[in-house]
Amino acid sequence: MFRKRPSLLILLMFSAVLLFGTADGAWLAKVPASDHQKTNPYEGQPDAIAAGRKVFEEHCTKCHGQNAQGVKKRPSLRTERIQQQATVGDLHWLLVNGSMKRGMPSWAKLPDPQLWQLVTYLKSLHE
Amino acid sequence: MRLTALVLVMLVGTFLSAAAQERPYFVTYSHEMEEPGNLEIEIFSAVGNPPGANRFLGSNLEFEYGVKTWWTTEFYMDGQSTVNDSTILTGYRWENRFRPLLREHWINPVIYVEFENISADKTLREVVGHDGVADFAHPNWLARQGKAREIETKLILGSNYRGWNISENIIAEKNLSNDPWEFGYAWAVSRPLKLAASAHKCAFCAERFHAGIEMYGGLGDRYTFGLNRTSHYVGPTVNWSAPGNLTLSFSPQFGLNDSSIPRLYRFGVSYEIEQFLEIFRRGGD
Repeated sequence: MFRKRPSLLILLMFSAVLLFGTADGAWLAKVPASDHQKTNPYEGQPDAIAAGRKVFEEHCTKCHGQNAQGVKKRPSLRTERIQQQATVGDLHWLLVNGSMKRGMPSWAKLPDPQLWQLVTYLKSLHE
Repeated sequence: MRLTALVLVMLVGTFLSAAAQERPYFVTYSHEMEEPGNLEIEIFSAVGNPPGANRFLGSNLEFEYGVKTWWTTEFYMDGQSTVNDSTILTGYRWENRFRPLLREHWINPVIYVEFENISADKTLREVVGHDGVADFAHPNWLARQGKAREIETKLILGSNYRGWNISENIIAEKNLSNDPWEFGYAWAVSRPLKLAASAHKCAFCAERFHAGIEMYGGLGDRYTFGLNRTSHYVGPTVNWSAPGNLTLSFSPQFGLNDSSIPRLYRFGVSYEIEQFLEIFRRGGD
């Protein structure tokens, strides 16, 4: 079929690239403006980074690795998207809501201060 | 001696590495699902002394697995031991919980469907219809003859607000024989004793303790809906998320009318294995 209609193959490949392009990090586009602009009450506090690291070790390392480098198909949290593109509000939104279709559960069961401590730790990783 | 010390240090290190985060509920379900890939092994027990009957201990052994972020499945094996009577296995249950909305909302619904095949059950994991103290009067040999193959459904509604979890369950249960639908309810609220995590590793810090209150009871059946001849319980509940993914829970609960057992003592132990199937994929390392 593709020999006769190479344009179909090109269209399929292009669609696949587009699909992966939007799916990878698509959650960022879903964050409401009010969440996107939220500020972190623990911004830059050394105690919050230490507490956030503790929360990370207790709940996140099994999927994202000891140093947040990612494990198998589970993504690294040291990428440009997490460290540069996403605001602290975006990350907080992701933790509350998860990305359930893609296997990331909601962590709304953790109290809000712990989620912000976790965000503080994650944002400290690029420094 | 050095080897013993090394093993001890490694054990402590393992125990300080992870912690479960469970709600301290025994009957009420929250909307929070098991994380996908995690297996939780739980033992929940109830001790009671019904008037005019023998003291009992009813227990569940549960295996809860997170299939997807929106789907949790759980298998139970039930048993009970009655003083001056016998110790018996009372059956099994298989439940599935589905979360239809894939984001966190003010109120989060979860659909619960369970099949149970039990008899002479004394775990009181739910109270429906006209369940009451009279059910505990029969000796085990007689109670076992009343097999219950039932479908139980629940609408679970849960909210998290400023560290508080508020959960409500509406229960409808149908014996697969000709018995009518029976109804019940459960609700609970709880909160960690401290919301922010402390910066250092600790076993007994306040954020590891949850405390709350739980209430549940029957609402009659299709033909006699209401509170008449139904039993109800209320009590404080507390748990401790110990290091090492271990959670210990306890609740003294009090019967609110003559149909209820005056006092129940519930306790539970659960252990969570994170990413259970990975153990086999990595060759057990």
